[in-house]
Amino acid sequence: MDLLTPTVYSYLTVALVMFALGTIGVITRRNGIVVFMCIELMLNAVNLALITFSNMWNDPAGSMLVFFVMVVAAAEAVVGLAIIIALFRNQQDIDINQVNIFKW
Amino acid sequence: MEAATTIQTILFWAFTVLGLAGAVGLIFNRNPVYAALSLVLNFFSIAGLYLSLGAEFLAAIQILVYAGAIMVLFLFVIMLLNLQEEHGVLKFDARRGLAFILGLGFVAEMMFVAKSFQAFPAGSNFVYGKVEPIGRALMTDYLFPFEMISVVLLAALIGAILVARRHTHQEG
Repeated sequence: MDLLTPTVYSYLTVALVMFALGTIGVITRRNGIVVFMCIELMLNAVNLALITFSNMWNDPAGSMLVFFVMVVAAAEAVVGLAIIIALFRNQQDIDINQVNIFKW
Repeated sequence: MEAATTIQTILFWAFTVLGLAGAVGLIFNRNPVYAALSLVLNFFSIAGLYLSLGAEFLAAIQILVYAGAIMVLFLFVIMLLNLQEEHGVLKFDARRGLAFILGLGFVAEMMFVAKSFQAFPAGSNFVYGKVEPIGRALMTDYLFPFEMISVVLLAALIGAILVARRHTHQEG
């Protein structure tokens, strides 16, 4: 039972495995929206680590930071999806390997 | 900090398995709609993990904002664009192999760094997860960032409308 009881380390391990999975998704996927969702996954992994630390020190700073990260993530999702829609309107495709409109 | 209770242990393991399953489903699903639904599963599991840490308010916000609003927005855009399935997601080439090696290296490295936290129990008497202390902190110590967040949201709103607008060609 003692081995199964979660410590701060267990929560941090879950958070960083999720972060690594998000990173792998960002590197390997080509669909722009899926890449974007992987970034959301990475943000959530960081939030989990922040709440774990907030719990560990019984301090409000971590919870506050998570609150603000959530708001910024919402703003980021809105702007990112607007960019994806504008991209789709121009290229009829959101494969990120085909996006080279800024290429000189 | 007193150690974790039995119910916290059960919650932790259940939601860890579900959350990692959702994350794996996100990066391996060919169909973007299924990938988005896997991410919803992951967001719900993270809300469960918040609950097991005693952060009730943020668990509720996680479900409302992430699993609710943001994922509906994602699904809406996916269905609006009518995307095809992505081919070669499960194919194993050099780039993919390198990504997995880098990911595993990152996990090993960070687990080594975080080893010193093994001694700390994830306590079950977390004060700052309840609504009242969070509201009090937001309205006192964190009032300025709380107000500035509204400016960020307004800027995002205006920016999104500008970027996604259909451009009519009427120069003048």
